[in-house]
Amino acid sequence: MVKKSSSIIVGIVSRAIVPFIQLFALYVIVHGHSSPGGGFQGGALLGASILLLRLTVGREGSELVFPERMGTPMSGFGVFIYAFVGVAAMIGGGVYLNYAFLPIGGMQPAELRSLGILLVETGVGIGVMATMIVIFDDIAKGNFHD
Amino acid sequence: MLLVYAATELPMRGSIDAPCNVDSSLTGTPGASTYYIRNAQKEMNTPNMVTAILADYRGYDTLGETTVIFCAGIVVFLILRKLKDGKKI
Repeated sequence: MVKKSSSIIVGIVSRAIVPFIQLFALYVIVHGHSSPGGGFQGGALLGASILLLRLTVGREGSELVFPERMGTPMSGFGVFIYAFVGVAAMIGGGVYLNYAFLPIGGMQPAELRSLGILLVETGVGIGVMATMIVIFDDIAKGNFHD
Repeated sequence: MLLVYAATELPMRGSIDAPCNVDSSLTGTPGASTYYIRNAQKEMNTPNMVTAILADYRGYDTLGETTVIFCAGIVVFLILRKLKDGKKI
């Protein structure tokens, strides 16, 4: 079990900067089209912000932000988004993961591929974030098999 | 030893004669990097060529990377987590 930090300065400062870290992570994910960044980096930032809360505020407080039991389902959900975008392209008539055939009307193929990249990066970000939290939670809990 | 010997014959990085940088290969198909540089912006409306290659041209590779990370999480889950009533999973 992680003990929460006893210093009041550490607790207040980390609580203050966590929203900015998460905002920057979302920026890194959605702005990956035109600047360095993407799903992996943004997901790592999102996971790091939750882990900062886990370390400073304690498990009870950070459960409100990201419940521990949600870790593994969210991790699978991220991979599912990625795979489902590929299947949706197959439904639209293309090959697997060819975003130009996504079944959304009224968009040029170039725009559809841009949208597909965004959807896929979102899935990657969710998966990376949840996996970081799952690994931290399971290791920090410290109960092994007997 | 054999690999070191073979590595001395590799083309220099950035050489314009290297097979990955040529405009079209021996069989007439377009070379990969020149194709990406010419068509990434036009085909998918994405100024960042790295993102375009990572998520679209090499989509299968990125799907595999995501699956590897997911598998790492699942393995830690299966090995370390214990249910509340003491049952093994």
